[in-house]
Amino acid sequence: MRDDEEYRDHPVRSYVLTSGRAHPTRNTLRPETLLVAVDGRPAPATASGQQRELLRLCRGTLALAEVAAYLGLPVSLVAVLVSDLVDTGHLTIRSNHQAHALPSRDVLEKVLDGLRNL
Amino acid sequence: MDSVTSEQPVRSSQHLAPTVARSVKVLVVGAFGVGKTTLIGSVSEIEPLRTEEVITTASVGVDPVAGHGEKTTTTVAMDFGRVTVSPEVALYLFGTPGQRRFWDLWAGLADGAVGAVVMIDTRHLEDSFEVLDQLELRTTMPFAVVVNEFPDAPQYPVERLRAALDLLPSTPIVKCDARDRTSAVRVLVALVEHALTFPVFQKVLA
Repeated sequence: MRDDEEYRDHPVRSYVLTSGRAHPTRNTLRPETLLVAVDGRPAPATASGQQRELLRLCRGTLALAEVAAYLGLPVSLVAVLVSDLVDTGHLTIRSNHQAHALPSRDVLEKVLDGLRNL
Repeated sequence: MDSVTSEQPVRSSQHLAPTVARSVKVLVVGAFGVGKTTLIGSVSEIEPLRTEEVITTASVGVDPVAGHGEKTTTTVAMDFGRVTVSPEVALYLFGTPGQRRFWDLWAGLADGAVGAVVMIDTRHLEDSFEVLDQLELRTTMPFAVVVNEFPDAPQYPVERLRAALDLLPSTPIVKCDARDRTSAVRVLVALVEHALTFPVFQKVLA
């Protein structure tokens, strides 16, 4: 993984997977948003292969960006898939805070303590 | 579209602990080749992962007279890592190129971030001007400047760098070996300490 590989041009990916939609049904999803599948809930019969794979990945907690990396799809596209699965009750947003809000002082202090103890 | 997932099963150790219910992020920005992924890899508890985002950018290097405001679509890779800093909190580190033409990508990323680590290479100081401009003009987030000390790079006193980069007296400048975990963690500590002094972090952004 080298920095000089991080920029290249190629045609736009197909958004067939999301039925042509470029935007999720909710706008609270960020790359670091934590997701977990709802326990014991089988994938909907209409779920695509990617959505099934997504639910399988989320048997434990992962961030949206991690799910996207494992699926090999852009974060913006996976956000659409995730939104649909949250809407149908198959996936839960674990990190229950305002996505726009800055971390509170309390959270920052926890982060600082944690970093100092690494 | 190829699916790589079947060959890359997620080991349970790659999931976060079930107690983790909060995530925060830090952006690692800088020019290409400055060591963003190296720094992320030094701190991350997982192998750094990569996602690609398709963005529309203004064409680069097109004659402005001949150009008709043409845009090109570009794939930009974002490398990232993660470290669990407490039983409840995971810190994500997102590496992203900081130049103006990638603004669309990291505008979304910047939302809600603790702050940014701006990596600079003293051999190419001018490469960081645009990144710093973008941060200062378009965000209110705190940032720390990190000098990734390449062996053949000229060494400058911190105050000369501060003057050359036109940084505020309060902006931390940290020298670092991005390959070294302790050194990389120290960078993050400096950023979070700085963030805690930031007035914007004492109240919710309007």
